[in-house]
Amino acid sequence: MNQLTQFQGLLPMLPEAVLGFGALLMLMAGVFVQQSARSAGIVNGFCVGVLALAGLAIVLMPAGRTSLFEGSFVVDDYARFLKLLALAGSTGTLMLSLNWLTVEKQQKFEYGVLFLLSTLGMFMLISAADLIALYLGLELMSLPLYVVAASNRDNVKSTEAGLKYFVLGALSSGMLLYGASLIYGFTGTISFTGIAKATQAGAGLGLIFGLVFLFVGFCFKISAVPFHMWTPDVYEGAPTPVTAFFAAAPKVAGIAIFVRATVVAFPGITHEWQQIVVFVSIASMVLGAFAAIGQRNIKRLMAYSSIGHMGFALVGLAAGTPEGVQGVLVYMSIYVAMTLGTFAVILSMRRDGVFVENIGDLAGLARTHPTMAFFLAMLLFSLAGIPPLAGFFAKFYVFLAAIKAGLYTLAVIGVLASVVGAYYYLNIVKMMYFDEPVKGFERMPGLLRLVLGVSGLVVMLFFAYPAPILDAATVAAKSLF
Amino acid sequence: MTIGIGHYLSVAAILFTLGIFGIFLNRKNVIIILMSIELILLAVNINLVAFSSHMGDIVGQIYALLVLTVAAAEAAIGLAILVVYFRNRGSIAVEDINLMKG
Repeated sequence: MNQLTQFQGLLPMLPEAVLGFGALLMLMAGVFVQQSARSAGIVNGFCVGVLALAGLAIVLMPAGRTSLFEGSFVVDDYARFLKLLALAGSTGTLMLSLNWLTVEKQQKFEYGVLFLLSTLGMFMLISAADLIALYLGLELMSLPLYVVAASNRDNVKSTEAGLKYFVLGALSSGMLLYGASLIYGFTGTISFTGIAKATQAGAGLGLIFGLVFLFVGFCFKISAVPFHMWTPDVYEGAPTPVTAFFAAAPKVAGIAIFVRATVVAFPGITHEWQQIVVFVSIASMVLGAFAAIGQRNIKRLMAYSSIGHMGFALVGLAAGTPEGVQGVLVYMSIYVAMTLGTFAVILSMRRDGVFVENIGDLAGLARTHPTMAFFLAMLLFSLAGIPPLAGFFAKFYVFLAAIKAGLYTLAVIGVLASVVGAYYYLNIVKMMYFDEPVKGFERMPGLLRLVLGVSGLVVMLFFAYPAPILDAATVAAKSLF
Repeated sequence: MTIGIGHYLSVAAILFTLGIFGIFLNRKNVIIILMSIELILLAVNINLVAFSSHMGDIVGQIYALLVLTVAAAEAAIGLAILVVYFRNRGSIAVEDINLMKG
């Protein structure tokens, strides 16, 4: 009886438990069933089911705030919102992967299992409320990512991407850890709320050092300037569905912990961290806008685009208010939808049995594949932030929060950067609609159609019915303050 | 002279800096990079244990134990990726990791 009540106390961890046990079960299934591409494909399909089950567990959980393990693991509205978002990212990309893995003859059951484990890491990270949980979640998220980046192991580009990602990722977690050790030393505690109490009256130099190192680690994970160098190379080299995964899910978890750590643990020294976030945000927006202009490879372009988008999301954090956090959450939801849709198109760029990834291959798409071209055009307009598409509202809420917080320079630079960034998105639209068509792509597989359709509809209809996302984001943001 | 917390922190800071420089200045071999990463993590551990014993708080030592565990997992994955890379490229010199220019 006593043991039963103990397990009941662990009930808020149900989504994590589903993912963890699901990953182990899938691993066993993959090892013990017949070794063939077909059975590996089935295991990967079941992994989508496990992710969906975890989503169900999150939705069915009672609202309100609970904390487990002496307060190191927190389940609140903020965690629930972002977990659903990260889950949408990984479910969507795993669905996008299935077809790619089959046609490229890369079908391995480890692929889905690594996705599950990485998603489990994201969940731990999103719920982390002290420095140990933060570090363990971050590593559990990152280690599978290094492996999936190199998962196409006979391809020199993929392994190079894996190696680069590993070296820079390990360096960044080392820096984050050094920062965490300094924060622990100078505040005497590792829990976020404890740190907040210790920094109420301001902070000494040692603590500021620790904070900067901690931020370096976060910036690496969300690929914000000046720690973005790995992003274009890894995005280009990694297998395309893995790139989609990198662009969607880990960014959500990275932003989630960035916001939670700064808002919950350092409210006493807002002025200090605000300067850093403003700088990082401006640098990312500007670099994302200018560096993408010369790119030919669409995966590299998406890398710079994602750097820019992280800059925009950080505008909301820089405000440091509940509205700002709400803006970040809305931004990330719309960002995930746009990324999934765009990658659904990139993953169907297959001609004569080969995947192509140059932007020029999209020329004349409007004549060869009118529906696909229309959806991609909508997604690109949304990425550029043109009303009435969702991307405009995403930017609108973060800039509004920045202006309310008095950060006028940041908002003005952000708007200018988004104008510059619009150039390369619109350039692709121009190519699709006005350039001479090249040979059409192969037929788009059903699952990709589904993902593209859903994300396209979210992007197009957000303005008509924004309430579900907006309300959920408001509640989630409030639970942090 | 007694050895205080400042000395431990200095040693850790020096080791940490050596690790960072080992990653960025070394042009020869990826194995050296892996060693530098270990050095960084050990510097962190010295920091944690020094703070922990200075404050009489056990949490830092638990943290250090967890860091050691994760570092082992990280090294295993790093070496595995390195082996796969070597099979394709036939070299693990840092200047040969240049197929994609960032």
